Amino acid sequence: MLVVRDLDLFYGDAQALDGVSFEVAEGSVVAIVGANGAGKTSLIRTIAGMIRPKRGSISFRGAEIAGLPSHKVCNLGIGQVAEGRQIFPTLTVAENLDMGALLPRARARRHAQLERVFSMFPILAERARQTAGTLSGGEQQMLAIGRCLMGVPELVMFDEPSLGLAPAIVQEVLHAIRELNREGLTCVLVEQNVALSLKLADRAYVLENGRVTLTGTGEELLADDRVRQAYLGM
Amino acid sequence: MKALWGEMNGRGRVVLAVAVLLLLLAPTVATRYLVSVLTLIFYFVYVGQAWNLMMGYAGQLSLGHALYVGVGGYVSAALWVHFGIGPWLGVFPAVLLAASFGAAIGWLGFRFGIEGVYFALLTIAFAEFTRIGFDHIDVVGGAGGLFIPYEEARLGEWWNLRGGQLFFYYLAFGLAAIAVLVTALLARSRLGYQWRAVREDEAAARALGIDAFRAKMKAILISSAMTAVGGVFYAFYYNSLFPAQMFEMSRSIELILGPIVGGLGTVFGPVIGAFLLTPLGEILIGVTEALGINAPGAKAVFFGLTLMVIIYLVPTGVWPWLSKTLGLTGRRS
Repeated sequence: MLVVRDLDLFYGDAQALDGVSFEVAEGSVVAIVGANGAGKTSLIRTIAGMIRPKRGSISFRGAEIAGLPSHKVCNLGIGQVAEGRQIFPTLTVAENLDMGALLPRARARRHAQLERVFSMFPILAERARQTAGTLSGGEQQMLAIGRCLMGVPELVMFDEPSLGLAPAIVQEVLHAIRELNREGLTCVLVEQNVALSLKLADRAYVLENGRVTLTGTGEELLADDRVRQAYLGM
Repeated sequence: MKALWGEMNGRGRVVLAVAVLLLLLAPTVATRYLVSVLTLIFYFVYVGQAWNLMMGYAGQLSLGHALYVGVGGYVSAALWVHFGIGPWLGVFPAVLLAASFGAAIGWLGFRFGIEGVYFALLTIAFAEFTRIGFDHIDVVGGAGGLFIPYEEARLGEWWNLRGGQLFFYYLAFGLAAIAVLVTALLARSRLGYQWRAVREDEAAARALGIDAFRAKMKAILISSAMTAVGGVFYAFYYNSLFPAQMFEMSRSIELILGPIVGGLGTVFGPVIGAFLLTPLGEILIGVTEALGINAPGAKAVFFGLTLMVIIYLVPTGVWPWLSKTLGLTGRRS
């Protein structure tokens, strides 16, 4: 579904991504793990069209999308739940969700999507008229995911969805991602929480200093000595 | 109308309808002076609303809106004075030129990521350059000013904006009403939502697939075009234009105070703001004169102090507080 080939990204002289290649099969969960500063967020932002790569190709359903502006990439069905959630704190929950449905591809299906989001996260329906800034961290993460779903994405990139959440809430968020995947959503999961994301992933890539250093199924990487030493502290 | 109606609950609609009716009938009883003050209020509602679209809704701070007033006024006045082209036609090139300035500022600012106060500086710079430029354009009178002659025979040519106080009263009222309606419509449109998303968090808006550049360009184009129409009104109402008077920064500030005091990003904020501040200015002139205070700037000091008090008491603007206190919007409990 998504094929990334030899992606190079620079911030000025500093190279953030160095020949990154990876693939996401339709209906799968792909985890990209790595330490802080390994290039995970840069990779997501490049695919989303927020920054332009220097070299390399990104193709989605066979069409080249590298260098396309973000609103066009979004409208093809690639959504993202950004790091730190980026909800609109002064707007209500309902307004936040509306903001996700502004894409041309999503407009006609606004009501159906809203029902889907509310049935998945009933707490959002309860708090629909509350300003989003008054929600707890977990609820804000649900809102960020719900808002992204309002755009009717086919592939969603989650950037650190567990960041700053209590362990019980992290489980809830990951459960929601697994549910979405079961319903057919293709997921790219970028996480510092390596153990959790590898358990969820069909396929995983380890990113170090802007390069892919290891790849395999989630289970393989969980069993890999290098991964266990570097990321799981075992 | 429906968008505007939707802003209010039952009580709010009654208040709005009564206010509109009173303003429509006001000239039958009001003194000439009061009518002229109300005309000025409507003018500030109109231009304040145009600015509010860009700042209040799209979150882009312009401190140079006098530029669009001035360009709109000068183009239409010059076409009338030199070529006899009436403002009913002249308004189009006036709007076009002002919107071109808006497009240039927007493109420079938004394409190169000049944001916040730096963008505001860019808008000031454009207004100042234009003021200096107009000082030296002889065809519009340079620093000496451009005057629209008063011709008794033309009074009543409403399409050429030639008329008495009453004519300008209703014209200004119409402009203000249209501005409020347009704002109510835009606020509920797809574009209005895009503006709010960009205003709240541009990075998040882009992540949701909103074309932030395009949304901001539309904001400055609509705002500058609307403001230019206000400039045409201004030129034919006052009949005299001076670069220092039209493009000066204080003119830009003057037109943004209403929406700020009334409530940014609200449909009725600029209306309430203009109805508070314009009379306040007039009252202060009277009071300082009555007290025999002749010190230059005395009025400005009192005006500033009053603004500080209002903003201290209702930091998000008078309208949000007023509508809540009187129960004019939202569901009543």
